[in-house]
Amino acid sequence: MTTPTETTGPAAGAEPEANSAAAVAKKIEGRSPGRIAWDRLKRDKVALAGGAVVILLILAAIFAPVLTALFGHPVDQPHPDQINPDLGLPKGSFGGINSDFLLGVDPTFGRDVFSRILYGARISLLVAFLAATVSVLIGVVMGIMAGYFGGWVDSVISRVMDVLLAFPQLLFSIALVSVMPNSLLGLNDTGVRVLVLVVVIGFFGWPYIGRIVRGQALSLREREFVDAARSLGAGKAHILFRELLPNLVAPILVYATLIIPTNILNEAALSFLGAGVRPPTPSWGQMLSDAVAIYQSDPTYMVVPGLAIFITVLAFNLFGDGLRDALDPKGN
Amino acid sequence: MLVYVFRRLVNVVFMLLVVAAVTFGIFFMVPKLTGSDPALLYVGKIADKAAVEGIRHKMGLDKSIIEQFWLFLKGIFVGRDFNAGVDVTHCSAPCLGYSFKTEREVWPLLLDRVGVDFSLAVGASILWVVLGTGTGVVSALRRGTLLDRITMTGALAGVSLPMYFTGLVALAVFANNLGWFPNNYTDFADDPLLWFEGLVLPWITLAFLFAATYARLSRATLLDVLGEDYIRTARAKGLAEPVVIGKHAMRSTLTPILTIFGMDLGGLLGGAVLTEKTFNLRGLGYEAVTSIASSDLPVIMGVTLFAAFFIIMANLLVDMLYAVVDPRVRLG
Repeated sequence: MTTPTETTGPAAGAEPEANSAAAVAKKIEGRSPGRIAWDRLKRDKVALAGGAVVILLILAAIFAPVLTALFGHPVDQPHPDQINPDLGLPKGSFGGINSDFLLGVDPTFGRDVFSRILYGARISLLVAFLAATVSVLIGVVMGIMAGYFGGWVDSVISRVMDVLLAFPQLLFSIALVSVMPNSLLGLNDTGVRVLVLVVVIGFFGWPYIGRIVRGQALSLREREFVDAARSLGAGKAHILFRELLPNLVAPILVYATLIIPTNILNEAALSFLGAGVRPPTPSWGQMLSDAVAIYQSDPTYMVVPGLAIFITVLAFNLFGDGLRDALDPKGN
Repeated sequence: MLVYVFRRLVNVVFMLLVVAAVTFGIFFMVPKLTGSDPALLYVGKIADKAAVEGIRHKMGLDKSIIEQFWLFLKGIFVGRDFNAGVDVTHCSAPCLGYSFKTEREVWPLLLDRVGVDFSLAVGASILWVVLGTGTGVVSALRRGTLLDRITMTGALAGVSLPMYFTGLVALAVFANNLGWFPNNYTDFADDPLLWFEGLVLPWITLAFLFAATYARLSRATLLDVLGEDYIRTARAKGLAEPVVIGKHAMRSTLTPILTIFGMDLGGLLGGAVLTEKTFNLRGLGYEAVTSIASSDLPVIMGVTLFAAFFIIMANLLVDMLYAVVDPRVRLG
């Protein structure tokens, strides 16, 4: 790395030999950039709280079957006794919340909202993580190449990004989902929908990262340290991934951590528009979409999935922000 | 500069062609996958065989995909005659065909709808750029103060809330409970005051979402820029702080803001699907979702191209503005 980092003592680059001499090195230990970041992150209580919520949510999603068995009801089980037959709405106030149904029941069927929120988290997080991986991988490689090489490489990549960004992605996704078959590659209906969501969200997401990375690489390549590396005879791969990439880590991380919550919102939006997983498989966006028609008489059913999305996205954002501050070489 | 603009305009046409070709290809395949017959969609289910064949011939649906695409493109530039022997329908340029469902010409339909999105985008974008960038800059300059923490917490909440959830809550509270605003849209030409009132909630909801993003981005970028050497140089040579910020730091800060502004504004003009669904507005997004649901290919094509056109033009403008804002960027 050519940017100054606040390593104290021996440079972080001297690490290969550090293993054998670990005992000696400990006292005058130079802190690696990762170590510095971790130390800083530990001091950021808000970010840690966000991280804790993220971990809890992931665990809750993984152990959804256990949690619903303990505190809820089977996810698709209707409870007609909880529904006022005249209105089709939950009995009691606040969407039928009581000690048995922690977050109430949904209208018409009377299914346990607590269970449906937990199972919705599974879809939401799975799609968000997989799609983020797709976007970051493609976006970083394409963006850095376009920005540094310029010329025809830049033209081609930029045109591809422009075309992708010019596509009305929400419309396109709805259209694509609506023509998908019910089973594909041995996946069941929910599996197909999840796959399509990941591909669509991930693929339409990479130009956002790509453009940012390209823009940064574009101005970085004019900087003196790149000239210096070039004049020392550094190869293209070295300049791209050893000189430019470390300077791009901050923006890439910001956008990578921001793209997970964005993906959660995208998945919810597609489900809201009816292009997510198909009922009865629950998803947050689908619940909100159902709530549109009845939010005046049963606001709880709108608030619960809305808050679920809000809390999840907020937790990821808080953690991402803290991570960014911790990794910022200029911070202290 | 002129050569650059000309080259980019050629590119715009090329990109629109690509978008058109891809959309055409995909939706040409849709009837084949779902086993529906576009000609049947025009005439309705009960029509006799001869009528179906007649309409198939008249609309050119009996030709190959390449030929159909060519006729479609020709129609945009020189207009098109739908000819079935005695019965000739002329569709003047720019001709995007007829809706399967309503048999209206697509072009006037789009012009009819775009007003809603235009109204929505103009009001909201002014709000969010001023508010978002303003708070971001103030936050960066007052880093670490209570004001910074409050605005940034608000911004973080803003980017974490799904727009349709905020919109529903806003509708429930301000339109239904308090009755401050109508919850329907009035055309500007009919009644400017009602037009304004009907758009206040959508504007604020949209602007809140975008302003939060812009505030975060401009704060982070400005803080980054303020750490640059040339800012230290500017201060060292005795420039007044407002000049350092306004003339030197803001230029680099505006680059990423411009990037996302181009994408956001272009995207909104081409149909704000979620906003339209939440606030029950009948714009391009509404038209698109309805046409997808009914496989109304000519309308889907029209909206997609229309939306792509706005996004591409917005990006072109942004790229040209880069050169004005950031002296390091060379056009050409």
